Parts: sequence; structure tokens; C-alpha cells
Amino acid sequence: MSTAPKRITDIGPPRYDQYLHPVIKKNYGKWEFHENIEPGIYCHVAESGDRIYTVRAGSPRLLSVQSLRRFADLADKYCGGYLRFTSRNNVEFLLDDPAKIEPLKGELRASGFPVGGTNNAISNIVHTQGWIHCHSSATDASGLVKCLMDAVYEHFTHEDLPAKLRIAVACCLNMCGAVHCSDIAILGVHRLPPKVQPELIRRLCEVPTLIASCPTGAIRPATADGKPSVTVVEDQCMYCGNCYTVCPAMPLNDPENDGLSIWVGGKVSNARTAPKFSKLAVPFLPNHPPRWPELVEAVVKIVDVYAKNARKYERVGEWIERIGWPRFFQLTGFEFTRYHIDDFKHAGLTYARSAHVRF
Amino acid sequence: MDNEKGDGHVPATPLLDELENGPWPSFVKEIKSAAQSSESAQDLLGQLELSYQEKKGHWKHGGLVGVLGYGGGVIGRYSDAGEQFPKIAHFHTLRVNQPAGWFYTSAALRTICDIWERHGSGLTNMHGSTGDLILLGTTTPELEPTFQELAQAGFDLGGSGSSLRTPSCCVGMARCEWACYDDMKLCYDLTMAYQDEMHRPPFPYKFKIKCAACPNDCVAAIARADLAIIGTWRDDIQIDDAEVAAYTAKGLSIQKQVCDLCPTRCMEWEGGKLAIDNRNCVRCMHCINVMPKALRPGKDRGAVIMIGGKAPIMQGALLSSVLIPFVPAAELMETLQELVRRIWDFWDEYGNNRERVGELVQRVGLPAFLDGIGLDPVPEMVASPRDNPYIYFQAQKGDER
Repeated sequence: MSTAPKRITDIGPPRYDQYLHPVIKKNYGKWEFHENIEPGIYCHVAESGDRIYTVRAGSPRLLSVQSLRRFADLADKYCGGYLRFTSRNNVEFLLDDPAKIEPLKGELRASGFPVGGTNNAISNIVHTQGWIHCHSSATDASGLVKCLMDAVYEHFTHEDLPAKLRIAVACCLNMCGAVHCSDIAILGVHRLPPKVQPELIRRLCEVPTLIASCPTGAIRPATADGKPSVTVVEDQCMYCGNCYTVCPAMPLNDPENDGLSIWVGGKVSNARTAPKFSKLAVPFLPNHPPRWPELVEAVVKIVDVYAKNARKYERVGEWIERIGWPRFFQLTGFEFTRYHIDDFKHAGLTYARSAHVRF
Repeated sequence: MDNEKGDGHVPATPLLDELENGPWPSFVKEIKSAAQSSESAQDLLGQLELSYQEKKGHWKHGGLVGVLGYGGGVIGRYSDAGEQFPKIAHFHTLRVNQPAGWFYTSAALRTICDIWERHGSGLTNMHGSTGDLILLGTTTPELEPTFQELAQAGFDLGGSGSSLRTPSCCVGMARCEWACYDDMKLCYDLTMAYQDEMHRPPFPYKFKIKCAACPNDCVAAIARADLAIIGTWRDDIQIDDAEVAAYTAKGLSIQKQVCDLCPTRCMEWEGGKLAIDNRNCVRCMHCINVMPKALRPGKDRGAVIMIGGKAPIMQGALLSSVLIPFVPAAELMETLQELVRRIWDFWDEYGNNRERVGELVQRVGLPAFLDGIGLDPVPEMVASPRDNPYIYFQAQKGDER
């Protein structure tokens, strides 16, 4: 008989209240209000009068066990071992003693993790795997994020924008980062149809599933050397890569033609205006690692123009709706092209269906 | 590429080194840190440098790899440059179901670090886009032992493929005064109720559940979840007049920055008194966000249930739309379990391969979907009634001619 421990499955995650700070456990569901002490620092006050302080720091999301242990050490030293992460890859330390905030901030800065990202700041960028770990990426993701955050760093550590500004990066149309509702979204795009590799189709793919995978019906049955294969009606292909996801014989990666697009004005919060999709600002920029200067310049341009022109509490999309898209293109200097006009499903919904024109 | 070793542990990476400059924390430094003791992190650096030189990825499609008895939770990944970088020839990722609200203790983090250092690259994502704790890169033989050590420590894998993806939630009642229901508990209870659907993919495509405890939606449920549970309230916003006055004394313009930005103009500021026409308040959160000490959500709390959010693949991105305008907090779990069962039955019956539930609703129409899951239509489900007259009337008695 084997003496190995019994195999464990389907236990689910740790119980939801297992890792909560004692002050949080005591005041769970009984918080009264919060105060913003300074960028990156919140104080939440409970009905009992208890206070919990949060110190938020940015991280690169991709973290080594060495950095995680560094976070654990800081949590032990300053907050009884209690910490959490945010939906935007920040780390948050939870303190009950405000006297420990300054020394913790100092150690975080010394370790290279900036404190900030709250309220009307640019928070950390949500993003995808890119060349670190993805098969379908049109660009890297971590590298873009690093370059963009370097460029807007002062807006992370200062709450100096009209409203919160949320940036997201997705390295292909799959959008694992769901960038489609962000104030500014960077999306990696392919620009040429997949190159069909018939000998691989035979070995690796199911032709009917492959044909069904195309949103525009551009993939048609064909025979190659008497065996089932496919052809692509190139005019109908919009390079989404869905066929490649279901069938590795349809690669679209192309170092010279893949690139980046920029989308603006989306939001998920219901505050003031309804949640909205990001809209196309720049259809294509070249993919220039390691520092992507064209992309960084364009994003900084959008942030600067928004910071200068938007009213207090106006998100990017709300600001553009007030001033109109023509003015957005005028202020940013981005060229308006035929690619900005939708020609996919429900395209007409985005056409100007009134005589309202600004001059 | 030139595979010359840099400082004895890591390969020379002139392009990646450029990403160690600048004030923002560098992921390259993180990989180099792991590479001091992890050979796979060394090869990851080498391959990534190659990607930066050639401007293309070097990962092949995932194969079917995983742990015994599960159909998900592991993303199989193989290098197409495995001869050059043998330590990442397989470099599979484990998705570990995160604790609700991403709360940890230092001890829990260290446990995970120790397990991952023994079995994998020593690299993580805190966290992946869906919410999981990502353990980035190990070999096929290490998957099962890693999983079992995680399980012994109280952690389980999350979802992948055509499964229920790992549900996620915001910080909720743990540290937010705006939480309209206990979303950490609900998220945990739903996750526990559907372990089988998470670990053994049964669906036409992925299904995501996200719990946001108020309409600020800090987990982007409305954009990203097939089923979004977004906290709200039915009664009146709670006002503390003295605190309203304190905000004005500190320079806040209640008229300009609060009333004028209210989407339904349901607020009036007259004679130093704030009045809210709560019947016309849509619970957008703006005024409460601006004055958290003066205004609070009402006391009759619950959630709006929304369906169909997703990113573009395949038929285009969708925002979720209203399915049930309000469920009281105490009834959420029971209501959702019944609703989810009906949605999954309908999707199982009528959904195409790789068709998200939101796309199915678009294809068959919301009325047919409502018939299918046994919900009555209510005006809260639409921004407006239809504006085209092409109505498919249903047959009824007396139609015969």
C-alpha cells in the first residue's frame, strides 16, 4: 500500500474571510466613510470609530518570488502580515497604526515600488502576457506597460488629473486584458491575413471547426494535394486571429506588419454617464521595441490634452463627448482616416445621425 | 542569437536592459531576480530578448496538459525555440484561484513562493486578467506535484478553456462603505457551488462571473463578465447635512460638481440644503463618490443582475445588459443558483461552439432568451423599446383565418 497523502481536489479557494486583518474582520460590512490622506493612502473609518489605513504601491504585475517575499517582509514589519492586491495589479498594505505609514512608504520607494494610483491619478495598467507567455500576441505587453508607466509616472504619484484615468494594454484582439472599456487602450493588431499551412491543417486541425471560427465567413473549404484544407478570402479578413486560436496552421504573426492601435474614451463605472466602449484614436503605429517611442508620444499627447482641457470629474470619454470628436482630433493632431469609420456590424449606430455640427 | 552568458546567471540582454531604466518597477528586473536561482527564468530572458530582436513571439499553441481529473486550470505552453532554450521547452502556467478580494497574509504568500520555487520558474503574475494568481512557467511533470502541494496548503486551481472561469469580486464589505451586498462571500459561495463546472469544462465556451458590490464596478464586471452582479439599493440615499456643509466649507461647489453632473438632475442645492428626488436617482454613485462622508447608499440593498459582457472575439465586444433590475441581498445566492442553472441549460441547448452567452442572446434575441430561461420582460431591460416595426407576433388562439 502506498503511504502517499490522499490526493486532494475541488477544495476551492481559501475561505473568503481567512486572510483578513483583525480590524477588517471586526468591522466587516460596517464601514462608514473614507478619507484620502494623500496619493496612494486611504483611511477607512468604521461605525465603531476603528480606522484602517491603506498604502497602495504599483507593481509590474510580473513578480518574482523574491519580490513577493519582500512584500511579505514589509507586511510583517508594518501591518501584522496583512496585505492585498488590487484589480489593477497594485499591492496594498493594510495598517492600523498611522505612525507606520511614513516608514513603510520610505521602504517601498527604496525597493522601487512607487506609492500612488488612487483617485484622480493614473493607476497601474491592466495588461496581457505578450511575448512573455502568449502564442497569438502581435506585440509585447509588459514592455509597453513599463514604457508607458515610466512616461506617466508623475500622474501615478500625484492625483493631478480631472478624473481617474485608466489605461489598459492587450497584445491582440482576444483582449485577455479586456481593454475595450478603458480611458486609453493600447491594442496590438495584426494587419495581414493568416498564411494557410495545408500540411499542418491535415495533422492538427478540424476543418469544419476552423471554417466556423471565422466571424466574417472568410475561411472557405478547399483541397490541397487532394486533402481537405481551406483558403482565406483576404478581402473579408479583419485579422482577429480567431482561426489561429482554434488551428495552429493559420499563423498571422508578422514582425514588419504587426503593430499597435490606440483607443480612447471607454469606462466601466456607472458614475455620471453609462459605461462605454473605447473608440479608435490611432489605427496603427509601428511596433518598435524596446521603448516604443511613437506609442509613448501618442499616449502622453492624449493625457496632456485631456489634463489641459477636461473639466473636473470628466473622464476622457465624457470630455470628448462634450467637445466632440472633431475637436479631439484637432487638439491631439491625430489624423482622421477611413479606418476610424466603422464598417462592421451595427456600424451605422456610430454615424453622426443629427445636424449637430460644431464649427 | 548570441547566447553568451551575462553575469554567470543570466544571458546578455541588451534590448531588455533598456527596460530596467526609468522610474516604474521593471518586469525585466523581476525576471533577472528569479534567474539568479531559476534556469527556466534564465531561458525566458534569452527567448524574450530574441522576441525583442525579431519583433515576434516564440510560443506555440498550448497542448492538452493538466492535472489528474481536471480539464482546466493549466495553460499549456511550448517554445518554438526549445533547442536554443531547453529549460522553457515546456513552460506551462497554473492558474490558482485567488482568495476573494485578493487578500493575503504574509504567511500565505510565503507558502506559495516556497512551493513555486521548488516546482517552477519562481515567476508569478499578481494577478491574471480574470483574477487568478498566475504561476508562470513549469514543465509537464511538475504540474501534478505543484497542484498537490498547493492543495495541501489550501489552494486550488482556477478555470480555463470552456469552463466557468474563476469568479472574482471587489474588496466589498471588507474595506468599502459602499458595498451593497457581501460580494466576497457571494463570490466564494458561487465558486464553491460550481467547482465541477470550473475544473471540468462543460460549456460551448468560457463563462465569467464577476461580483461588484456597487455601481462603481471596480472589477469591470459590466464589460468583462457573462454574468455581472452589481450592487445597488432601492431606498433613499442617506444624507448627513452637517457633513454636506463641511464639504462646501472646504470649497466643493455642490451645484457645479455634484448637482450639475447628476445624470438625471435629481438633486437640488437651495438655501444651503441638498435635496434628492430619489425616485429619479439611477444610483450612478457620482455624488456619493464626491462626498463619501456626507452621502451613503440607502439601506435597502441588493444587486442588479446583468448578462452578456465580453471582449471582441468572435462577433464583437458587448457590454452586459440588465436581466433582473433588483435582487435583495439576502436572496442573491438562491436567485443566482436558479438563474445560472436556467442560463446554462439554454446555452447548452442552443449555443454554438465558441459562442459566448451574450452572443447567443444577440443571435436569438433577448425575447427568445427570456422565454428560454423563464423570465418576464420588464422595461428596465432596455434603453428604449424597439424603434423598428418588424415584429414577430407569436401565434395565439383566434388567429385562424
